[in-house]
Amino acid sequence: MRSIAVTINGRVHRGEVDPRMLLSDFIRSEGLTGTNVGCEHGVCGACTVQLDEEPVRSCLMLAVQARGRRIRTIDALALGDELHPLQLAFQEAHALQCGFCTPGFLMSLDVFLRTRPDPNEDEIREALAGNLCRCTGYVAMIEAVASAAERLRASHGPEPV
Amino acid sequence: MEEAVSLLARYGDEAKVLAGGQSLIPLLNFRLARPERLVDVNRIDELAYIRRRDGVLHIGALTRMASLERSPLVAGRWPLLAEAARLVGHPQIRSRGTVGGSVAHADPAAELPAALAALGAGFHAASQRKSRVLAVEEFFITHLTTALEPEELLVEITVPPLPPRTGAAIVEHARVHGDFALGGCAVVVGPRKASIVLLAAGPTPLRAGAAEEAFVNGADVDEVAELAASESGLSGYRRALAAELTRRALTMATERASA
Repeated sequence: MRSIAVTINGRVHRGEVDPRMLLSDFIRSEGLTGTNVGCEHGVCGACTVQLDEEPVRSCLMLAVQARGRRIRTIDALALGDELHPLQLAFQEAHALQCGFCTPGFLMSLDVFLRTRPDPNEDEIREALAGNLCRCTGYVAMIEAVASAAERLRASHGPEPV
Repeated sequence: MEEAVSLLARYGDEAKVLAGGQSLIPLLNFRLARPERLVDVNRIDELAYIRRRDGVLHIGALTRMASLERSPLVAGRWPLLAEAARLVGHPQIRSRGTVGGSVAHADPAAELPAALAALGAGFHAASQRKSRVLAVEEFFITHLTTALEPEELLVEITVPPLPPRTGAAIVEHARVHGDFALGGCAVVVGPRKASIVLLAAGPTPLRAGAAEEAFVNGADVDEVAELAASESGLSGYRRALAAELTRRALTMATERASA
């Protein structure tokens, strides 16, 4: 067993873990069950979290590898009771059905919109490609991402010139 | 790094190097690989760099795919590598996946090994006893197998400078965006010189030598593409795909060379 301390959503989580334990399992064992585990081989993207502000598959990292690093999960996307613009847009556009895949989509898209605040449709499609949804298809998601991007731009004010 | 190579020296075959984990961890999760020990190289910061020295590109083996994709140096002088990196999986994979990991995993359908093969890269391996540099044709042995010995760590990849009026392109086709390619081709063309490397066309990145020679001797693009596909031993759809993708890559690279 190894001792690790990982900062998840701004709080330090300490644990004694088996070296083989996946990061996704560690996160869930800490009670943060917003992160879902789907395929466990990096294809479906349901377990996507942010590691130092990059999207990563938490099923493709060992918990011990996250020692001393900063992780952000879906559990911290909303600001308290106030939903994140992506969450609102997904809700309004009916961009989810069962919702199992949604946390992974949102954690990927949050990074995407930070790097590309005004994406075109092709870019949105490509940004969605790393996550799989088996219920609804992706058309409503494309709409939701465009609408979330618009809201985020409005809340940040005009781009500096 | 000393610690990593000493662990590899001690455990040899029992140990497996864990780099970005984007290929190895799925194999572990499925119990398809059951190494006794993992040597995690992710904290060896000295192996994560992209720099140019005497015109040559030096890429540390632990450089993430995302860094390769975003590097202004790579985009400016070796854009083929950035183009290849963008074809690898998805951003969620490229944030962790490493250049060295892709190369050492040696999947013949992988984009980066094919691009590096077309560029004539050198692969630098280190162990406790020695350091050596392997050329492309020495390095890739067969499907998922390289010339690296169990106690060796891939530490750096070097890429020679491209002469003026050289153009390059990589093109692939995958059934689903981000999947491994069903076919693809990386091409570097310059004055009296051509490298044509097919991916997903054999046990290693496949250098189409006869097609290269035909191209240099002035054969037209369609003929060269057919020749490249015929060197692969593929048949039917996959062969037609290889020919078409080679034709597209050659056309793009030629245009870029004259731009």
